[in-house]
Amino acid sequence: MSQIHVTTKINGDETEFLCGPEETLLDVLRDHLGMTGTKEGCGTGDCGACSVTVDGRLVCSCLMLGAEAEGHEIGTIEGVAKGDELHPVQKKFLDHAALQCGICTPGFLVAAKALLDRTLEPTEEEVRYWLAGNLCRCTGYDKIVRAVMDTAAELRGA
Amino acid sequence: MALDDRFHNRDFKVVGNRVTRPDGIDKVTGRARFGADMTAPGMLIAKVLRSPHAHARINGIDTSKAEALPGVKAVVTYADFASAHAPDDDNLVNCMAKDKALYDGHAVAAVAAISTAVARKALKLIEVDYEVLPHVTDVDEAMKPDAPVLHEDAQDESVPAGTPKNVVRRYEFGHGDVDAGFAQADKVIERSFRTEAAHQGYIEPHACLASYGSDGRADLWCCTQGQYAVRAMCAGMLGMQASDLRVTASEIGGGFGGKTTVFIEPVALALSRKAGKPVKLVMERSEVFRASGPTASTSIDCKIGMTKDGRITAGRAELRYQGGAFPGSPVEFGAMSGFAPYDLENVQAIGWDVVTNRPKQAAYRAPGAPMAAYAVESVIDELCQELGLDPLEVRIRNCAHEGTLSPYGVTYPKIGLEETLKAVQSHPNWTAPLGPNQGRGVACGFWFNFGGNTCVSLNIDEDGTVSLSTGNPDIGGSRASMSQMCAEELGIPYDRVRCSIADTSLLGYNDVTDGSRVTFAVGLATIKAAQDAIKKMCGRAAAIWGIPEDAVEWEDGCAKPAGPNAGEHPPMSLAEIAAVSSQTGGPIAGHYECNADGAGVSFATHLVDVEIDPETGFTKVLRYLVAQDAGKAVNPDYVEGQFQGGAVQGIGWSLNEEYIYGEDGRLQNAGFLDYRIPVASDLPMIDTVIVEVPNPGHPYGVRGVGETSIVPPLAAISNAVSHAIGKRMTQIPMSPPRIVEALEG
Ligand code: FES
Ligand code: FES
Repeated sequence: MSQIHVTTKINGDETEFLCGPEETLLDVLRDHLGMTGTKEGCGTGDCGACSVTVDGRLVCSCLMLGAEAEGHEIGTIEGVAKGDELHPVQKKFLDHAALQCGICTPGFLVAAKALLDRTLEPTEEEVRYWLAGNLCRCTGYDKIVRAVMDTAAELRGA
Repeated sequence: MALDDRFHNRDFKVVGNRVTRPDGIDKVTGRARFGADMTAPGMLIAKVLRSPHAHARINGIDTSKAEALPGVKAVVTYADFASAHAPDDDNLVNCMAKDKALYDGHAVAAVAAISTAVARKALKLIEVDYEVLPHVTDVDEAMKPDAPVLHEDAQDESVPAGTPKNVVRRYEFGHGDVDAGFAQADKVIERSFRTEAAHQGYIEPHACLASYGSDGRADLWCCTQGQYAVRAMCAGMLGMQASDLRVTASEIGGGFGGKTTVFIEPVALALSRKAGKPVKLVMERSEVFRASGPTASTSIDCKIGMTKDGRITAGRAELRYQGGAFPGSPVEFGAMSGFAPYDLENVQAIGWDVVTNRPKQAAYRAPGAPMAAYAVESVIDELCQELGLDPLEVRIRNCAHEGTLSPYGVTYPKIGLEETLKAVQSHPNWTAPLGPNQGRGVACGFWFNFGGNTCVSLNIDEDGTVSLSTGNPDIGGSRASMSQMCAEELGIPYDRVRCSIADTSLLGYNDVTDGSRVTFAVGLATIKAAQDAIKKMCGRAAAIWGIPEDAVEWEDGCAKPAGPNAGEHPPMSLAEIAAVSSQTGGPIAGHYECNADGAGVSFATHLVDVEIDPETGFTKVLRYLVAQDAGKAVNPDYVEGQFQGGAVQGIGWSLNEEYIYGEDGRLQNAGFLDYRIPVASDLPMIDTVIVEVPNPGHPYGVRGVGETSIVPPLAAISNAVSHAIGKRMTQIPMSPPRIVEALEG
């Protein structure tokens, strides 16, 4: 099968890659580009571990073909911190112990950041529904929801 | 080990603090490397061919077409292990079918190829000659005389002669005379219960990278709860010496018991040996459901007698657990643990281990205990209801204490069950008003906890920091708690300790991360290794000062002269002693190894309020409270996290999660869409109370906390639902159709 040439931007950097027509964006990130921060928990769109943003929209990268990234801007967990400076939501996840094993954490952080980019005043219910596409088996979500709420409070200066 | 109040009542400086975990930054930035995140030059990709049949004789496997496909570098079947390994090992036959496929998803062959696409194509070219056999997946059906038989010879002597062959073990525990006890009761209730099989549901699928060298030595990278156990199992299956196999545990994306054994690791090693190249093997999610180790499904009869004033006079349970296609369901733990929270004169529990055409079960958080507790706590609740008694008061009246003879024969040392009951009683959730269609449930739970083989080393580095090496994968923040205990004992700040997880070549055998053992046993060994280093540092200081070693004591991270003949010397800090170590005898290290005893049993009480939608049968959890004895909480954030995570797994199991098999014996819901685990919008905050009744077997009083939290939820939620709908529920999960059926029935 012939490979497809794709030009895209990942975390702000112009990126080119070749991928097979059947390969997902998740395959490309992990297997071709070595960006293993994005995780695969199911490959079927049910767990959110593979969450990325495409032009700012939250997407399961296992449900999108690598070829479809052409001309779009992709955001992954590797781009959430700015260099050494953690994003506030990353700091709050650590402060609140919002991770145990940490396999779901990249997906939650990408999803939470996408929420906070939209609103800094989410209710607990909004946070819970926004994150309902991300599975965590370790925490019971309590500390994750608190961390996101607390980030929102800090960012709006409350 | 004797209770040492000097330790338990000490003024902790680091232990008990909510510190940030040392691996935190890696995990929030995507830098942490989990099982599937590793690569090697020249690496091949492996895929496994799995049986579509629940039960079938394998008359032959033709791999020649697959082998001929360009890009295929190796194909393996059972024959690639068998020559190396005799006699049969259930774990091996589970990893690769021998003469029969025993469940839907059972591995029959595997391929390593230059790409995933080629490996997939090769699987389709393997021809397996199956002779399909009748199958059985239900525990009660499997026990019938005419049930299809899985193994002719798996039953042992514990089972009475003439019992059907799928019944492979029998266990019995208890004391007293239950019939006499029932005769003293004012009310006796007997009920039958069923629980369906649940999966641990870790978000990270099993993954490994094996690299077998031409010198007969191999490296294996994998996500596991125990690199040493993986080494032992794989070395046996491949006919290797343990020391020729080095296993490195990756970061692990959840396990809950499901990663205490091997499924794909020996297969990847065999492929790598045959291909002469590194081989990466990662399970797909559907394979995780079909062919890793979910927990048992059960059928339980439970009978309990109670007096009018709430004294339990006798309890009896008969438990039947199917643990998949091989012996080893956790029915023994179920029979030991169901009545364990209570001080009973007359108690009897009989367990039957049954094989069926399902995947071989693996441990799932307090294996076997939630189902037994479900039956016992449900009947106690119904007795309280019938006799008009307060379910917390009745439990306080009957609960076990220090000195109680447990149903499994152990007399308890100091325990904290009553304290958890009282913590619930004084919590605002206990008196929160309930509305229509709402119900409240309470239940207790018990878990044994474990110590086990443990080996720890620490090095005092020249710059005054400490490198701590332990041999247990950090599954939920244990590097932080180990560093805390190490810092506490040495008297240095938390951030001066770096804890890392050793591969199998670096430390002696460490038991698997199971039985809630790590904070207890590895913590204990860490404290003792720190004491060993302290002794050496005191010796160095004594040499520098020219005084006897016993004239030096360790306080607040410093060696100090002590006693009448010590003389005047300014204290030397750990960093100062480390800085001059090359002049006083070389590097300084501490070490400890043990087979740790005294883990200290663990108890919890859970309280839940639910609301039922009578039209749809949907259950909403309104409030949830966990009160559990942690002995001493080393890092309270992560103790709460264990309480919350276990409770939510229990909520999922109670209300939704179940393995559903079709008439054809195939798993119908092998994905997260149809096997639905709780999501954030399903849940309220999970309230917690950490009770601290020190464990006499640990220097700081620590008890394991990881497992007990999944024991009470099945019963607590069932009790709440039963009160809300006015009908006694007897099957888990209480999915909406079952609740609608109960309401209509
Ligand atoms: S891996 Fe994409 S949603 Fe699970
Ligand atoms: S922290 Fe383990 S799955 Fe979320």
